[in-house]
Amino acid sequence: MSSSKGQTILNWIDERFPLTSTLKAHITEYYAPKNFNFWYFFGSLAMLVLVIQIVTGIFLTMNYKPDGTLNGAGLPVAFASVEYIMRDVAGGWIIRYMHSTGASMFFVVVYLHMFRGLIYGSYKQPRELIWVFGSLIFLCLMAEAFMGYLLPWGQMSFWGAQVIVNLFGSIPVIGPDLSVWIRGDFVVSDATLNRFFALHVIAVPLVLLALVVAHLVALHEVGSNNPDGVEIKKNKDPATGIPLDGIPFHPYYTVKDIFGVAVFLVVFSAIVFFAPEMGGFFLEHPNFDPADPLKTPPHIAPVWYFTPFYAILRAIPSFLGTQVWGVLGMGAAVVLIALLPWLDKSPVKSIRYRGPKFKIMLTLFIISFIGLGILGALPPTAGRTLISQIFSVIYFAFFFGMPFYTKNDVGSTPVPERVTDTNSRRQIVFLILVAVTVIGATLFAKLV
Amino acid sequence: MKTKIRHLLAAVVLMLPLAAHAAEEGPALDKAPIDIQDTESLQRGAQTFLNYCLSCHSASMMRYNRLLDIGLSEQQVKDNLLPDGAKIGDQMNIAMNKKDAKVWLDNTPPDLSLTARSRGADWLYTYLRSFYRDPSRPTGWNNLVFDKVAMPHVLWELQGDQVLKTEKDAEGHEVKKLELVKAGNLTKLVDGKANTLDYDRRMADLTNYLVYMSEPAQVTRRQIGYVVLMFLGLLLLPLTYFLKREYWRDIH
Repeated sequence: MSSSKGQTILNWIDERFPLTSTLKAHITEYYAPKNFNFWYFFGSLAMLVLVIQIVTGIFLTMNYKPDGTLNGAGLPVAFASVEYIMRDVAGGWIIRYMHSTGASMFFVVVYLHMFRGLIYGSYKQPRELIWVFGSLIFLCLMAEAFMGYLLPWGQMSFWGAQVIVNLFGSIPVIGPDLSVWIRGDFVVSDATLNRFFALHVIAVPLVLLALVVAHLVALHEVGSNNPDGVEIKKNKDPATGIPLDGIPFHPYYTVKDIFGVAVFLVVFSAIVFFAPEMGGFFLEHPNFDPADPLKTPPHIAPVWYFTPFYAILRAIPSFLGTQVWGVLGMGAAVVLIALLPWLDKSPVKSIRYRGPKFKIMLTLFIISFIGLGILGALPPTAGRTLISQIFSVIYFAFFFGMPFYTKNDVGSTPVPERVTDTNSRRQIVFLILVAVTVIGATLFAKLV
Repeated sequence: MKTKIRHLLAAVVLMLPLAAHAAEEGPALDKAPIDIQDTESLQRGAQTFLNYCLSCHSASMMRYNRLLDIGLSEQQVKDNLLPDGAKIGDQMNIAMNKKDAKVWLDNTPPDLSLTARSRGADWLYTYLRSFYRDPSRPTGWNNLVFDKVAMPHVLWELQGDQVLKTEKDAEGHEVKKLELVKAGNLTKLVDGKANTLDYDRRMADLTNYLVYMSEPAQVTRRQIGYVVLMFLGLLLLPLTYFLKREYWRDIH
């Protein structure tokens, strides 16, 4: 009785809105390859962090004041309002730490998500647009993080924004006017704070959400790639038309992703409750000093997720009387990521079936990217600049050389007809590679 | 259980470092012996802070009634710590005008609400113990970790006088050392040997309080954290794991 009543309501809705068909197309009858591994958790986790950021962000705006003027105690109102949230708003500290940790975790998750696409060739035909939308999401995320970082109005907020906005000033002819136009003033000021707040809270999130929808619609149109790079739609059950290696997203991947969410929440909560500053990487120590336009900090470092690109910026010397080359290099480092689908000429998608040339270049690229990330956080010295320059060259060689070294670069194992299982040999190799990366990065950071 | 979670956390934290900190310039800092759970130390620190620091430095993000969190009663705060005319819910503001301070002291004393988070506990602990006599300075004082600091040695009556000695070590490098030449109320000088234990302890208490004040929610934060991690680790994680296994049994 009740089920038929429910069916009646559902029919009523379906005649007016494609509810059932949308759910089927995107969830219950969206067939995903059954061999997703560890790397496939990060797409859904990025969605989770996006929701965390939006919800905590809404609550933060209820008490945050984008006001650069000084209060009665001589502190900027914006800076004091963040501390008001941390101390006097009920549950304020947890909301703020979730938002600040979420910002960094967003980049952790998105970098791993992008790396997945890179190793399994997920950007290759027919998924070029998914990758382009994804790259635009990454760009938006960088804008969002940059403008959000100004809002606490601490020393690093202020001087970081000052440095980055000044970069636009190096563009020939229009540069100086452009940077004034961005700031709304001759220095970073209350006007800048107000417009960054508006952009951070309304404009960029709207674009971000629209792009996420486009990213998912494009994905569900062509179907997910998988660690083998095999198109599961090529092997369909003749009777049902369902891919033989496909399983419905719900319930299989919903329950799997929920487990991923649980693991993520353990890490996320460990940071929020026990190390919200993350040793100065998620919340920089100098940012607990209020913004002071008259006192330049001795070392201005961006937050960790920008450091690879910041290192490239610093590595490129100025010549022909302008510093614009570093800015162009940094811009190119981001834009090149979006062009991967057209740079990669390999006949196979997944790294499992690629030849040695791609694997060597990818290893060098990872070393350079992490190395640049570490160097970008440190004050420059002659030695560090030289290493940054070498890594920058490798970074660009990875992209510009790609059409050449990926051509005909296939491994000894041919691409299988059907997807394969993750076996224990692959798991061991994976764990060894993770360990080598972590130890290598730590050693490099200590030595450099 | 607690240590187990701590170990787990340590492991997580160790796996995440993406870069190490640059070695800070300047003299080596002493490790501050702080314990944020030690309410008696926090109370002594609060007393020192209110008696010595709060006349020039504000702590405008800290309210007096937050001191109830470190085991003081409302009556105790009202009787002993609250300035005349201030209410228990007031913030720790000062009467001194910023512009006057700039003229009188050559610098505006910074608000100390968050100094422990920007400078770090070790820096504060070392700074408070590193003042020395320097006739070339307008105040007559200088500081080993903050050269040409505008602040005079407010705690001088407690520590006494220190002077700067430059010695050469075995390798010929110049090493700057501070030597106590005149004892204060909390230090002793016996046969040229300095005993600074009481002063160090008082400064540890003060540093402890400054750390507490920089984030009053930190004790609650950790307490809630243990509960959240236990819920996630003991309940949600196994539950979702077995749910996934159950659903995936028929996928080969």
